[in-house]
Amino acid sequence: MLRRRLNRLFGRDERKVDSRTIYVGHRPCPATEALIPPKFCDNRIVSSKYTVWNFLPKNLFEQFRRIANFYFLIIFLVQVIVDTPTSPVTSGLPLFFVITVTAIKQGYEDWLRHKADNEVNKYLVTVLEDGRRACKESEKIKVGDVVEVVEDETFPCDLILLQSSREDETCFVTTASLDGSPTIRWSVAVYSGMETKMALNYQGKSQKRSAVEKSINAFLLVYLCILVSKALVCTTLKYVWQNRPGQDEPWYNQKTQKEKDTNLYLKMFTDFLSFMVLFNFIIPVSMYVTVEMQKFLGSFFISWDKDFFDPEIQEGALVNTSDLNEELGQVEYVFTDKTGTLTQNNMEFIECCIDGFQYKYADSGTELDGFCVTDGPVNILQQKAGREELFLRALCLCHTVQVKETVGPADLGGFIASSPDEVALVKGAMKYGFKFLGMESKNMRVMNRNNDVETYELLHVLNFDPVRRRMSVIVRTKSGDTMLFCKGADSSIFPRVRQEEVDKIRMHVERNATEGYRTLCVAYKLLSREEYDQADTGLREAKLALQDREEKLMAVYNQVETGMSLIGATAVEDRLQEEAAETMEALQGAGMKVWVLTGDKMETAKSTCYACRLFQRSTELLELTVRTLVDLGRKREVRLHELLLDYHKRAVQDAPPIKAGVTRSWSSANQDYGFIIDGATLSLVLNSSPDSNSSCYKSLFLQICQNCTTVLCCRMAPLQKAQIVKMVKNCKGSPITLSIGDGANDVSMILEAHVGIGIKGREGRQAVRNSDYAIPKLKHLKKLLLGHGHLYYVRIAHLVQYFFYKNLCFILPQFLYQFFCGYSQQPLYDAAYLTMYNICFTSMPILANSLLEQHICMEVLMDNAALYRDVAKNAMLGWGPFLYWTLLGVYQGLLFFFGVRFLFSNPALQDNGQVFGNWSYGTIVFTVLVFTVTLKLAMDTRHWTWINHFVIWGSLAFYMFFSFFWGGIIWPFLRQQRLYFVFANMLSSVSAWLIIILLILLSLLPEILLLVLRKPRGPHSRQVLSTYSDTISFKC
Amino acid sequence: MSQQDQKDHQGQQQPEPLPVHTTTIQKVRIMMKEELETTNRPDNTAFTQQRLPAWQPMLSAGIVIPGFVLIGLAFIGIGVALFITSQNITVLEKDYTGVETTSDCYKCSNPSDKNCTCKLEFSLSTLFEGPVFFYYGLSNYFQSQRSYGASKDEYQLSGDLDYFKTPISACSPYQYDANQNPIVPCGSLANSMFNDTFKLYQIVNGTKKLVPFDGKGIAWWTDYNIKYRNPSVTPLKNAFNGTVKPSFWSKPAYELDTSDPSNNGFVNQDFLVWMRRAALPDFRKLYRRITEGDYARGLPAGNYSLEIAYNYPVLSFGGRKKVVFSNVSWMGGKNQFLGIAYLVVGSLCVVMSMVMLIVYAKFKFPEDD
Repeated sequence: MLRRRLNRLFGRDERKVDSRTIYVGHRPCPATEALIPPKFCDNRIVSSKYTVWNFLPKNLFEQFRRIANFYFLIIFLVQVIVDTPTSPVTSGLPLFFVITVTAIKQGYEDWLRHKADNEVNKYLVTVLEDGRRACKESEKIKVGDVVEVVEDETFPCDLILLQSSREDETCFVTTASLDGSPTIRWSVAVYSGMETKMALNYQGKSQKRSAVEKSINAFLLVYLCILVSKALVCTTLKYVWQNRPGQDEPWYNQKTQKEKDTNLYLKMFTDFLSFMVLFNFIIPVSMYVTVEMQKFLGSFFISWDKDFFDPEIQEGALVNTSDLNEELGQVEYVFTDKTGTLTQNNMEFIECCIDGFQYKYADSGTELDGFCVTDGPVNILQQKAGREELFLRALCLCHTVQVKETVGPADLGGFIASSPDEVALVKGAMKYGFKFLGMESKNMRVMNRNNDVETYELLHVLNFDPVRRRMSVIVRTKSGDTMLFCKGADSSIFPRVRQEEVDKIRMHVERNATEGYRTLCVAYKLLSREEYDQADTGLREAKLALQDREEKLMAVYNQVETGMSLIGATAVEDRLQEEAAETMEALQGAGMKVWVLTGDKMETAKSTCYACRLFQRSTELLELTVRTLVDLGRKREVRLHELLLDYHKRAVQDAPPIKAGVTRSWSSANQDYGFIIDGATLSLVLNSSPDSNSSCYKSLFLQICQNCTTVLCCRMAPLQKAQIVKMVKNCKGSPITLSIGDGANDVSMILEAHVGIGIKGREGRQAVRNSDYAIPKLKHLKKLLLGHGHLYYVRIAHLVQYFFYKNLCFILPQFLYQFFCGYSQQPLYDAAYLTMYNICFTSMPILANSLLEQHICMEVLMDNAALYRDVAKNAMLGWGPFLYWTLLGVYQGLLFFFGVRFLFSNPALQDNGQVFGNWSYGTIVFTVLVFTVTLKLAMDTRHWTWINHFVIWGSLAFYMFFSFFWGGIIWPFLRQQRLYFVFANMLSSVSAWLIIILLILLSLLPEILLLVLRKPRGPHSRQVLSTYSDTISFKC
Repeated sequence: MSQQDQKDHQGQQQPEPLPVHTTTIQKVRIMMKEELETTNRPDNTAFTQQRLPAWQPMLSAGIVIPGFVLIGLAFIGIGVALFITSQNITVLEKDYTGVETTSDCYKCSNPSDKNCTCKLEFSLSTLFEGPVFFYYGLSNYFQSQRSYGASKDEYQLSGDLDYFKTPISACSPYQYDANQNPIVPCGSLANSMFNDTFKLYQIVNGTKKLVPFDGKGIAWWTDYNIKYRNPSVTPLKNAFNGTVKPSFWSKPAYELDTSDPSNNGFVNQDFLVWMRRAALPDFRKLYRRITEGDYARGLPAGNYSLEIAYNYPVLSFGGRKKVVFSNVSWMGGKNQFLGIAYLVVGSLCVVMSMVMLIVYAKFKFPEDD
């Protein structure tokens, strides 16, 4: 797919796809080379869709590609062409309104994009031109330009490093550009503008559609069927009826010559079209625009929410798309990144343990069991001091940390390391007086407590790897001793040291681990000359080996790292994000399953899971990692299969059947399962050899995971994260997934999930930019989902159902009237009412309701996570509720029509004996209709702000006013004055008043009954409401 | 000169190695530096925080049950009033289509028979209280058909002389006659105007005493005074020069009521009543009121004879014709439906409130605890 896109970008020139030739600094190309300088695009970033010129045609085209708009366009055209009961205005005007509103919204959004593009494109960069520095706007950078990027600056396009300010000609490019230090001096632009990786990534972003939209489309289909069947029924009955003697062409209503000449089948067809036009209002034209407005305006509440405002970064939540608001209320699976999301990625040295004594650093200087333990014999104390220093030296030496070159005071501690733990350890040692000063050629310099600088020659680094789970360094002291320092996980160190040393420390290590700290053990070994020589040759050979280098290195490592003596252990805390545990607990309480996807080691990830209360003491862990697979030395696939079956048995088959939808409640005594899998095993599960039963593994794996409350996936590549999300997304029942992350390596899963949340953390803006919503902190996720998400879902679900309902009971009387007008497509309502019903009389109350409604207060929603389950699985837009609303609409439509029908059995309704005609009939029905649907909405409204009052009563008042006005004037531009004084005359009739009141009450009666009777049986709402009713009334 | 491995450039699916084009950061940084703290902070207003003071109505049993009782009682009250009022309205309905051979009008039911008159005799045992309204009724007559209703020219009917010459095409097939003369008033609706006429006699001592009919005030005031206008040409006849009368009509529009110019032409009240289309295929329209002379208080007991000029054919489409004598009340004509409906709904409300009361008594008013 990418290739295709590239081909398109590069034109037909296939050769250029794989390589591009660039003339640095635009030097004239040598004549000997017959290569025509290729044309590259400029560095302009264009994310906007329209320009001023193409906005109108392009936007119109895009809008009419939408099936609903196209449908209305067709209806409009039919009205223009065929002789139809209603004028083209009745459907043309709402369509115009809808198209205009949508165009304004899209135009505004595009204007914002233009603004953002401009900001990027006009950014000034330094470019080398003719040997001089020149400032250029970012958009004017050409491929081949030499660009200067100073430290902490971001790159304007894809670059190749030419020269760095560092001596070793390297540069650090952190993906987290915010705190990175790119100290590039010069570099050449390679890919610019829309060809940069970033832009290519951006283009790959497909539009996400919400589940609600799918429901809408399904309902639409049902209504389309109703519409077509109504038209078919009417057409059929018309011809059946006309076949009866005397009915086809009564003398008082003779056909025109043209009608007589028309072919019967053509007549039938045009009749069918006419009925379609007459009933087309059943498909709510304004629903799309109302839904869109609701989403667009509603999303402001997220960015406005001051609870999402983080004083640290001075920002609140960001909404990148408003299309997915309601999806926030439907989340079933949460995929979260660990580092930076669950944790702050801010390691801190908490305590250490040397020879069984615990040392805890305290700022105040009071030490728990500190470095100046004075009790005990002095010789022990001295011995202790020696061990302490050894331990601290080990911390200072056994790492791969580099010192950052900063102009500021060095003691601020600018370290660069592949792992933040190492920095924490080095910094921890610093607190106790041993300071790592950095490397000088091959010497490590350490400043000790006496401010003397010690230098150690670094001989070898035995790198960390996940299987060995330890790393070592071999250094030579000034005195010529060769020492090996090793640090690693307890499980990998303990077998390699003396047992009595282990016993002293094990307790500390285990306690620290259960507290959620990352623990590392430190050991050392004095190498004799022979030993070192042997190790040195072994290492060198292994490093140079062409085959099985990894295995050979490993063998040497294992050989060297034996017989060590254990000095102590460290405990480093990866601080959790604020309220991380509470947030996770709330999410689980809301029925969501949390999957932690991390690139980290299993141990650290596991400890974080414990700390976040994702795993609890009672949780039974099912582990499926490289470690569990290699245990028996058998083929991995066999073992995998075995384990999967075993876990499946435990977690799925033996587990008690779970009630639909609800997977875990706090009170349930069910055994909780946690699942742990690592990247390597995952790829084994997903991509096992084609002949084996890989799909079987996959489904087993999925089933196990679905029965686990928490799944931890560690050692994940970014792409694997997306793979997992995709797998869950596409599994049975297609659950709604949410991904949350802060770093660039989370982008893939953010894009993959239904809803992608970016955290505005310290790791750059990639995640935020690619997310659908961005929040400053993890803790905000709770309110975003349980509060906003729940409300948005309820609002939009109600909006959709209400729209279908109100149009059903709007059009049903018109359908029924066909039986009383000889199937002649006579509209029951005046054209003005037909047009205005959806865009004026009944649009504002539902829009306001769908923006402001809080059926349950925000605070209550957040306090009772279980309420989230009430709306899980699209509960309010299922076929059940849809049927209920449809039946309600049918009931009311029947009532409106036949109520007035029986009244009109004697049309003399005025006290002066005068009779009412067909327009009075329609107006009475319409008045009942408008009042009923508005009052129905009023009954559904649980949260009456002044805006609700204003629009609900205002709409009714407007209807009255409009009807008076519309019927009160002879409109000069209209030929037909059908409604002239119809409304006023209707109001002068007592009977009309009485039937209107009666029908409104009768149509709302079942609703009132349900409302009253349903409440005592409601599962959650009752307790919540009764408990909180006192508090709510004050708060909200 | 440098070449970049294309694979490295395929960063689309795999965000690592990372695209380094992170211009947004700059944007954000600039914003962060430039803007003050307050500008970035969301407004702390009740609206933006979704904390607008709100009334949260709770439908509790304490409100609903008394409410239902009250509504029920009110409805029953209205229902009783309606029912009694409706009961007190006297209606006399007579079919005169002439389907039955026993009927006097049977002789007129043959459409080829022109200028046929027939009689309908009836007797009243008590006083038919006045004012008595005299309606004619048609059934199986679809005035509500769309093409029929659209077949008129409202500009013409509001007195616009331009449309006398060129009526709207919707009037077709009653737009022009065979000689291409414009028909005024054009269209099926006007053409098919009801043209049976009635005369009511009281038989007093064997002699016929004419009951005077009042033909005013039978059409809507606004139709008569504003919506329909004759062209401002005197005499009215001149306005119709070059036009022909509708084919079904026996006399042109300007001769509908020669005795009263204010009831002539398009503002003839019979014409206006006809032009207001009925909603349903069985309808009645007001023909006359009996308000004058000896009959102002109503029709006294006695024998009456209704002389009908039988012109209007309905049998061809299976229709029926009838005359209705009725008095009216504040609620209009007789209509049992409304009273009964009110009684039913009112009782329903009361019954439901009783049911609710029982339910709540059983559940011990759970939400009041």
